[in-house]
Amino acid sequence: MLGDHAGFILAAYGISALIVVALVVWVVVDGRTQRRRLADLEARGIRRRSRRNDGKAGEGRA
Amino acid sequence: MPLVDLANPTRFIALADRVLPILWVVAVLVLGVGLYLGLFVAPPDYQQGETVRIMFIHVPAAWLSMFGYGLMAASALGTLVWRHPLADVAARAIAPIGAAFTLIALVTGSLWGKPMWGTWWEWDARLTSVLVLFLMYLGLIALWNAIDDPNKAGRVAAVLILVGSVNIPIIKFSVDWWNTLHQGASVFRMGGSTIDASMLYPLLISAVGATLVFLALVLMAMKNEILRRRIRALRLVAASQPVGAA
Repeated sequence: MLGDHAGFILAAYGISALIVVALVVWVVVDGRTQRRRLADLEARGIRRRSRRNDGKAGEGRA
Repeated sequence: MPLVDLANPTRFIALADRVLPILWVVAVLVLGVGLYLGLFVAPPDYQQGETVRIMFIHVPAAWLSMFGYGLMAASALGTLVWRHPLADVAARAIAPIGAAFTLIALVTGSLWGKPMWGTWWEWDARLTSVLVLFLMYLGLIALWNAIDDPNKAGRVAAVLILVGSVNIPIIKFSVDWWNTLHQGASVFRMGGSTIDASMLYPLLISAVGATLVFLALVLMAMKNEILRRRIRALRLVAASQPVGAA
């Protein structure tokens, strides 16, 4: 169906899919890691000023 | 919500959380349709045969490699000129994603080049300038990781990004300025596209889908970067407090 160069075509699509999936996995895992670290700090009572002041979601800087 | 409110990272995260599910659904659908049309509906090329199907991933990836750097250059201006709180966050989030799409462009280009040109690689202007773009992405990632203070790292990186942006027009016009093995522009060119509509529309749909995937990944990476900076700030607060006062 893909002719004499099917291996090149399939390799191009396969490697591209692999790179994009790896990127998605990395971003998702990184997000979970950051949220867990933030939750650990807040559980220890270390909070941003905006959260300490009014106990609701802050308006502060990054 | 006024645009200026997006300068607030907390509001940005709330907006991104609302947008991302819809963006992912639309991105996967559009990219799926584009690649289906490219793989199964578009005809083989009269010269290249079936190998032309690599175009439907190679070209969007190559466009996005430059689009990503363009976004980083705009963010660098935001960092240096307007000191926008999200500008450096955006640049830092884009870099690994831009690098990945540049890698896809290089690998798929090589896999397309071997059967068509008879070589995996040629040190011609287009291929070399895209390799330089990939190395610049990697260099910027290394720079951000080498400097602890994100504000200082952001300003240094912004200068380097702007200096490196000279490579973007070189990539774009390399096929016009020098004799290269790579073909000339065939979509965005004076006089219109030279690609037949049966291939052009699947290509454009794939490109829109890939762009939406790119933007969804950037939004997620920006959220992560905002959280990373909050964690750093909280750790500094914790380190400055007396023992037992946390």
